[in-house]
Amino acid sequence: MSASTHTGSRPASTRGPREVSRLSVVIAMVFLVALAVYFLLPVYWLVVNATKTQSDLVTSNGFWFADWALWDNLKGLFTRDDGVFIRWVLNSVLYAGIGAAVGTLLAAMAGFALAKYRFRGREAIFSVILGGVLVPATALALPLFLLFAKASQTDTIWAVFLPSIVSPFGVYLSRIFAASAVPDEIIEAARIDGATERRIFFGIAARLMAPALVTIFLFQFIAIWNNFLLPRVMLNDAKLYPLTYGLFYWQTQISRDPQLQTLVIVGSLVSVVPLIVVFLSLQRFWQAGLAAGSVK
Amino acid sequence: MIHPRRGPSPAQQVTPSTPRGRRRVVRLAALLVAPAMLAAACSSSSGSDSGSTGAGAGAGGQTSAAACAPTGGKVSLQFWTWVPGMDAVVAKWNAKNPDIQVAVKNTPAGNAGTYQNMFNSLKAGTAPDLGQVEYDTLSSFRLQDGLKDISGCPGVSDAKANFVDWSWAQAQVGGPGVYAIPQDTGPMALFYRKDIFEANGISVPTTWDEYAAAAAKLKAKGIAITHFPQQDANWFDGLLWQAGAKLFDTSGDQVKVSLTDAKAKQVADYWQKLIDGKLVATNLQGFSPDLYKAWNEGKVATWISAAWGYSTIRDNAKATAGKWAVAPMPQWSAGSKAAGNWGGSTTAVLSSSKHPAEAAKFALWLNSDPEALALANEKGGLYPANKAGLELPALTKGVDFYGGQKVFDVFKEASGNVDTNFTWGPIMTDTNRFLSDGFTKALNGQGTLGQTLDTAQTQTVSALKSQGINVAP
Repeated sequence: MSASTHTGSRPASTRGPREVSRLSVVIAMVFLVALAVYFLLPVYWLVVNATKTQSDLVTSNGFWFADWALWDNLKGLFTRDDGVFIRWVLNSVLYAGIGAAVGTLLAAMAGFALAKYRFRGREAIFSVILGGVLVPATALALPLFLLFAKASQTDTIWAVFLPSIVSPFGVYLSRIFAASAVPDEIIEAARIDGATERRIFFGIAARLMAPALVTIFLFQFIAIWNNFLLPRVMLNDAKLYPLTYGLFYWQTQISRDPQLQTLVIVGSLVSVVPLIVVFLSLQRFWQAGLAAGSVK
Repeated sequence: MIHPRRGPSPAQQVTPSTPRGRRRVVRLAALLVAPAMLAAACSSSSGSDSGSTGAGAGAGGQTSAAACAPTGGKVSLQFWTWVPGMDAVVAKWNAKNPDIQVAVKNTPAGNAGTYQNMFNSLKAGTAPDLGQVEYDTLSSFRLQDGLKDISGCPGVSDAKANFVDWSWAQAQVGGPGVYAIPQDTGPMALFYRKDIFEANGISVPTTWDEYAAAAAKLKAKGIAITHFPQQDANWFDGLLWQAGAKLFDTSGDQVKVSLTDAKAKQVADYWQKLIDGKLVATNLQGFSPDLYKAWNEGKVATWISAAWGYSTIRDNAKATAGKWAVAPMPQWSAGSKAAGNWGGSTTAVLSSSKHPAEAAKFALWLNSDPEALALANEKGGLYPANKAGLELPALTKGVDFYGGQKVFDVFKEASGNVDTNFTWGPIMTDTNRFLSDGFTKALNGQGTLGQTLDTAQTQTVSALKSQGINVAP
């Protein structure tokens, strides 16, 4: 608009890095640091308090260390109730890990089919699946319970596992991504070369969709890992509990056994570790997924 | 919540058949739903949908003491409980009774969701044979026809004399039948800091007036006599119980709600006076680290609590070892000996059980056998409802933390002085929530404890009516 801005050294058409004023950098940094502190403070508290004895827990400063009892706490955690905590870890890994893997596969196949195959009722099916996104899990818990009760499958692994592998949101994301990331030309070329539909999906489409699939996997993994309501409604056997519900179960017994307080805290800390591992190891793919297509 | 927001971003580069407007809606929906799901998952179920069968109180209670014969053969029973270490106790039974095998399911505490699961499973036909049910919830289960009358089962009626009087009365839920076997109780007494009382020349209060006077003296020293919790409505119920308040009458065709009973008002007004005078700590929640810290620092001098509370203080206020003692609850009239009760559970036989006789046999053993009671006391901290259980070695010797005082002698006496006629309401979970809500407001200076009772009365009556229950005017 004003001529003066165009008199600079660069022509306006070549976009270079914009010059950012020092002040806004400082403001942004302060804001980001504040956010980081805000998000990390609870984790810090968890780390500090997981190292304390029961009596230090209530008497010492919550944000600084007291006597080091982390090893004792960990030992207590893994031996309490015949090592039931290890069961909970394995259960969570089973529900969340395998559940998310199967869920991602199903979502990818459904999304691919909806994006690339033309058939009657395609949009209707897609709408119904999208409707599933709108129904809160809370509303489904009790009907699911009654359904599983009819099949005598409440209080079993399946009662938590089967509902977990369904992800309407994953289907939605896969469809959108398949439509953009898998060109029709490649599919047609593959068909001409005689590839089966299965080969096309696993050999070509799934690979092209990989970044989206990692996102779906992560999202699904965390959703199942943090799922509290479903195990709460379905399970009554402590051996089948996932971590979240197991820790809650201990938490409700604190008034009878105060020692459980330290175990719940150190257990919470341990239960965060797998999430961090999954996140860090998949972060690479996931970032690739976000950026994919942005420079096409 | 990063994923749902970022997830749809590829949509922006795509041009599939979906029209643009619709995509926007979908994206918005994805954004909105995820946090909603989260919020919903976090909010705990309030139990407000209990009692939805709409049966009138007293209805369904007329099943006569039906014949209850063992079904014979090999029987397996399921038992839901949240007492720590119950597996070990039941393992002893299973070793001795190969034909009646009991499988324990360790669940979270009843009000933390297990009652709701029991009600759900009763509807679905997958309910356990036996369940841990607290005294104040028996009435809710009766209302939903969730309990079996086991009075006709072998040995049950004869066992009455073996249990603390009030506990058996509650297991009858106001009728002629018997619906549960009492497991443990929480007779109340006064835990107090002996050293603080002595140092300030205060003698142990025997009446509530003396207690208030002691509070005033302690306040001058910067010490609160106790804390008034926002959420422990059950604790307040125990105080009302001691005062002889009659909160409910469920004996007739209609439920009579009288939370504003004169005795109840007396208790509420008394504590309101302490709150107004800033004699009690109103910023400390029950069982909170803040409270434990205050105990350790000697800023709170007493706790009116139940027998099981001895371990709460012992394990959370280690710095004060040897400084606490236990005395009977202060009284409303000098010389009387009334005690309240806070907590405790029964072992109930649920109505769907196909083997009530075997279930009742197990429940009786669990709560009468000396070995079982000793183990449950050791592992789960249970204070038995069984009279013989009160003579367990662990409950008759001095306790180190309390300077060697035989604290359980006090609780044993209290146990015999608990009013046997106290009646819980049919939707006690809701009533207690109404009370807690009122406490929270009153402690923040909005209204009084007396008004809390008025409000809880109105709310309870309308909640009962909305469930189709006849309420006496």
